[in-house]
Amino acid sequence: MKQIITFFIFLQLSLFSLSAKTIIVCSSCEVSSVSEAVSIAAKGDTILIKKGVYNEQEITIDKTLTIIGEDYPIIDAQSKSKLFTVIADSVTIKGLNIKNISPSYTEDLSAIRIKKQSFFHIEDNILENIFFGIYIEGCKGGIIKNNRVTAEAVDEFNSGNAIHLWHSKNIKILNNHVEGARDGIYLEFVDSTIVRGNTSKHNIRYGLHFMFSNDDEYRDNTFENNGAGVAVMYSKRIIMIGNTFKKNWGSASYGLLLKEIYDGEIFNNTFQENTIGINADGSNRINIVNNNFIQNGWAIKVLGGCYYNKFNKNNFLNNTFDLSYKGSMNDNNFNGNHWSTYAGYDLDKDGIGDVPYRPVKLFSYIVNMVPESIVLLRSLFVDLIDFSERVSPVFTPDNLLDEQPLMKAIKID
Amino acid sequence: MLKILKYSFYDLIRSRWSYVYLAFYLLLGSVLLFLNNDLSKAVITLMNVIVVLTPLIGTIFGIMYYYSSREFTELLLAQPIRRSNIFLGQYLGVALSLSASLIIGLGIPFIAYGIFYSGAIWDYLTLLITATFLTLIFTALAFNIAISTENRIKGFGYAILLWLFMAVIYDGLFLLGLIMFSEYPLENFSLFATMLNPIDLSRILILLKLDISALMGYTGAVFQKFFGTNRGLIISFSVLIIWTVLPIWRIIYKSNRKDF
Repeated sequence: MKQIITFFIFLQLSLFSLSAKTIIVCSSCEVSSVSEAVSIAAKGDTILIKKGVYNEQEITIDKTLTIIGEDYPIIDAQSKSKLFTVIADSVTIKGLNIKNISPSYTEDLSAIRIKKQSFFHIEDNILENIFFGIYIEGCKGGIIKNNRVTAEAVDEFNSGNAIHLWHSKNIKILNNHVEGARDGIYLEFVDSTIVRGNTSKHNIRYGLHFMFSNDDEYRDNTFENNGAGVAVMYSKRIIMIGNTFKKNWGSASYGLLLKEIYDGEIFNNTFQENTIGINADGSNRINIVNNNFIQNGWAIKVLGGCYYNKFNKNNFLNNTFDLSYKGSMNDNNFNGNHWSTYAGYDLDKDGIGDVPYRPVKLFSYIVNMVPESIVLLRSLFVDLIDFSERVSPVFTPDNLLDEQPLMKAIKID
Repeated sequence: MLKILKYSFYDLIRSRWSYVYLAFYLLLGSVLLFLNNDLSKAVITLMNVIVVLTPLIGTIFGIMYYYSSREFTELLLAQPIRRSNIFLGQYLGVALSLSASLIIGLGIPFIAYGIFYSGAIWDYLTLLITATFLTLIFTALAFNIAISTENRIKGFGYAILLWLFMAVIYDGLFLLGLIMFSEYPLENFSLFATMLNPIDLSRILILLKLDISALMGYTGAVFQKFFGTNRGLIISFSVLIIWTVLPIWRIIYKSNRKDF
């Protein structure tokens, strides 16, 4: 009996889906604009947009629809307004090329905005010259995949975020490319979300920005040339694996900025040529394991209020400064890393240096005090005072050392 | 002048010290490369060595050569040759032979390692160019000291003092000044002070290649312009050229007026 009922339910469902029609939009078709197609479509219909240029404004999607573009039709808002606002469940938007969203000082005008709905699917779109790109608010479940979002932001105060999530849950953000916005991807009050395989470049503030978001995971992303690569602020239990942070240069530029966060995991990441690799401020119980720090200005900068963090099994290769540390007390563990500036020996050949390594140089204190003294970097005199500090530490915390420095770099995939 | 240059050059090339100097760089380069297996790290270590060592060798070789070939110089002075030619020839002989030892000694291991197929080639070239400049500058400074000082012991003393001052003491005073006046804007001052010391200058040139990510961390606009654009590179190289030309000009000036 049960099986028969299930069968009938399936039959019903398939009948329903068969009854859904496809509306074709093209310049010479019966329906020649997207807004018209949306207004005549019934729940569950598919709108197929053929190649062409469509000048549209403020389209509200209030029923479940699948909107598919063929060969990336251009939907142009002509810098006059926002575009799609979705207020229905399970809407799919795929293969569109959306252009020219107007900037605004009072409203977050966006190319695609989804309000309090679930199971949306935004895939394969190209968004160009937008203010806000994809704006998700109050949603539970949805996918943002393979989109390419570019903006031409100049100043922070009059630009928007490429992908913006607010108060949402269980969203997947996969393989997108975001460029030139204020924040590449912005998450505020967003829980249990996965950010994976994205590339975030040339954003003027952050490549990826967490605020008050818990239990999220981001992995295998690339953050290049942003104001700062990733900022994780006021969040708990964030997992960060396999990301690349590259060339984030500037006076307030970090690969990864940690502020007031608890219980994070930072594994297998590569920090290369950033002004500061990781800037940690008020961060507790974070495990930083198996990362590569290559040619950064400061590999790690630890400011106040950081306790019980573990920095283990990382490679520190050719950084100008391996570690800068504020305060005279140390509760963090720096054991078992490989430091390319380590000058000790290993007589018993167990791969662990016999002399502890002190990662904080005196000169990094001087640079904190008098920033201009950076021009004296690597001069003989500076090497001399660094050496004397290393022999008998006066300014650096006495117990801030790596007692088991590794002789060889660790292989990290 | 070319004849004297050639004579000095061959004289030095044949001498044991050139070979020792060459062998030293050959050894240093190979050890760093083949034991380290990391090119950029090797370049950093080499920089540390070169910035200190080339001025020292340049100074000592320069002053030694001048004093030891003094009799020969006096002999030459009796001949109908222009004075500037004699001294310039000798100077170039020393400076070029030292530079040759340096370039060959460092070049061979790096070419064998495959520098041409590596991204570090520009870092490496900068290193060689600045090292050559340092040799030229400090040999010229040493000749200046030698020409102005008759007493050999005094001359040696001044030369060593010059090196010590430029390599260590100058930076110490500089740092002290920066800390003492840290309340004031120091950007222009620190760049200017760097220009006054060729060792600092060449260090900055190499830093521009290796530590740019740290240098860009400073907020001030002057630094940003200097380090962030090609301006820093151009200014530093021009000042290095001035640093080379001025002492050479003084060699000519002094030698023309000196009583022998």
